[in-house]
Amino acid sequence: MTTAPASHSLIRRLVEDSRSAFGMALVSILVLAAVFGPVLSSYAPDAADFMATLAPPSADHFLGTDDLGRDVLSRILSGARVSLLVGVISVGGAVLVGLPIGLVAGYLGGRTDAVLMRCMDVLLAFPGILLALGITAALGASLTNTIIAIAVINTPTIARVTRAQTMLVSSLDYVKANRALGFSNLTIMTRSVLPNALSPVLVQASLLLASSIITESYLSFLGLGVQPPTPTWGSMLRDAISFIDQATWLAWFPGAAIFLTVLGFNIFGDGLRDRLDPRD
Amino acid sequence: MTPLLAAENLVKSFSVSTGWGKPKRFYAVDTVSLSVERGRTLAVVGESGCGKSTVGSLLLRLQDPDSGSIRLDGEDAMALDSNGLRRFRRRVQVVFQDPFASLDPRERIREVLVRPMLLHRLCDRPEALKRAAALMEAVGLSAEQLDRFPHQFSGGQRQRVAIARALSVQPDLIVCDEPVSALDVSVQAQVVNLLQDLQRDTGVAFIFISHDLAVVRHLAHDVAVMYSGRIVEQAPTRELFDNPRHPYTRALLAAAPRVEIQRKSHVLLTGEPPDPTNCIAGCRFAARCPYVQDRCTQEEPPLVPVDAAHLSACFFARTLPQVETLPDTLPGTSASARMAAYRRARDRQTQQAEDI
Repeated sequence: MTTAPASHSLIRRLVEDSRSAFGMALVSILVLAAVFGPVLSSYAPDAADFMATLAPPSADHFLGTDDLGRDVLSRILSGARVSLLVGVISVGGAVLVGLPIGLVAGYLGGRTDAVLMRCMDVLLAFPGILLALGITAALGASLTNTIIAIAVINTPTIARVTRAQTMLVSSLDYVKANRALGFSNLTIMTRSVLPNALSPVLVQASLLLASSIITESYLSFLGLGVQPPTPTWGSMLRDAISFIDQATWLAWFPGAAIFLTVLGFNIFGDGLRDRLDPRD
Repeated sequence: MTPLLAAENLVKSFSVSTGWGKPKRFYAVDTVSLSVERGRTLAVVGESGCGKSTVGSLLLRLQDPDSGSIRLDGEDAMALDSNGLRRFRRRVQVVFQDPFASLDPRERIREVLVRPMLLHRLCDRPEALKRAAALMEAVGLSAEQLDRFPHQFSGGQRQRVAIARALSVQPDLIVCDEPVSALDVSVQAQVVNLLQDLQRDTGVAFIFISHDLAVVRHLAHDVAVMYSGRIVEQAPTRELFDNPRHPYTRALLAAAPRVEIQRKSHVLLTGEPPDPTNCIAGCRFAARCPYVQDRCTQEEPPLVPVDAAHLSACFFARTLPQVETLPDTLPGTSASARMAAYRRARDRQTQQAEDI
């Protein structure tokens, strides 16, 4: 019997499951929009047309225009790039920092665990959005600082999930057997514990991608995120508030973009969790 | 001659939070001494929670005892530097109970067997691969199965892989922590026979932690009986089974599944072992002992020799009433014999029912 390791067929199994395929499709659309956005739209995202402000959706402007006559579709497409960038880098950074912390804390336990986890608890004690506000307020509002702030609020979540899973795996007999065989702690952590503790962390990361995009939109909405004229979905939503009685589509479409993206990542994360389960 | 592994006065306690006030100490292992010679098998038996697995994990140096010493070939194993500990780990190996938890689900069997050899620099990789193939044959699997993952094996086969992994570093001692308890009876017999064959061929010593007296009787040279964290009786296997000198051992033997169903003894225990966080004076078995006297609740009986190689922790070890000698026809662990005995017993029961 020649069976490929489970991970080889993971993508195929994800595609075969219609629900996670839907999630993957939404995520793929976001990626494509982020990469090819400028090509797809005939307007520049910051080209103002004062002859056509607050225009409703039409053949010229599929999703209408905003108060400065900028094409909403181009702005949403170009905002996808910012959203994806913020999501991927902030979650990636959180994994890079939180995963080793959780792994070491969960495996070594005792005092190391207490010290590392109390540090994480300090971060967790603040409501995430408040902490992100504080960080961007302190560092100054920019794309980089937004990413840093969101990475900081994501780190304890990743560390906690990794730690819990590491503690679970570390108590299993094969880890004890490897200790009895004389493998070093580092070898056991990286070769035995991490691969078996990883799947819930990956799922958590995919869900955090969604919440990071929302957090970015909050920050932009409050004016502390990415600064104009760079379009982001959150700042488009904020600007739309002023015209909500004249041009509802201004709020509808960025809101729908956020909704679909978060939905996509969530469904994808759920599917990933189901497919990574060895019992699948 | 120094024994291969000798442990003296091992104590291991855990702190148990009671919710209120200061946490209590839970003495899982309390002043346990035992030793095993090269090529011999020492069985540690007792009911669940008596501390036998903790003893195993102390002997493996997976946990540190609160006090006590462990010596491997006379060398103190408690004061080892990292190189010394690595040598210790090569010489003392383990086989766990649950064959489904003891193998990394993401590691191929080839790596499971080859990595330990490379870690201890026993040989280079091509040689390690050859040895891995030979190990697979030695434990009754085939070299072609090296490419597989653990989930492609049955429980008994996984236990064979776990045994092969323990053997991969050519240990002197293997601590077997209930290695057959999770297996089907027929598979148990195969694994027990495999362990015996390996001991004959390689001279490896076993510390065999178990609650299955039939297996212990079949496999062990010496038996130590544990109760509530202490050893209450220790003797060569035959001596212990024929002439138990501690009431707890007697109860344990009487409670063992017996082939001759009509001879099921009447000394089955009631009650629970004492709360190990609550240190009481006297013998820990006193509350459940059918032969209890006043003295038993006042002072704790020490583990002292009754005969040459027979230790018992009972004040009345010499004067306990004779027990009917247990039938020596216990068929060990052979599955077919057990099945046959079961059928005989069942048939006899139906016959009796008809007679009435």
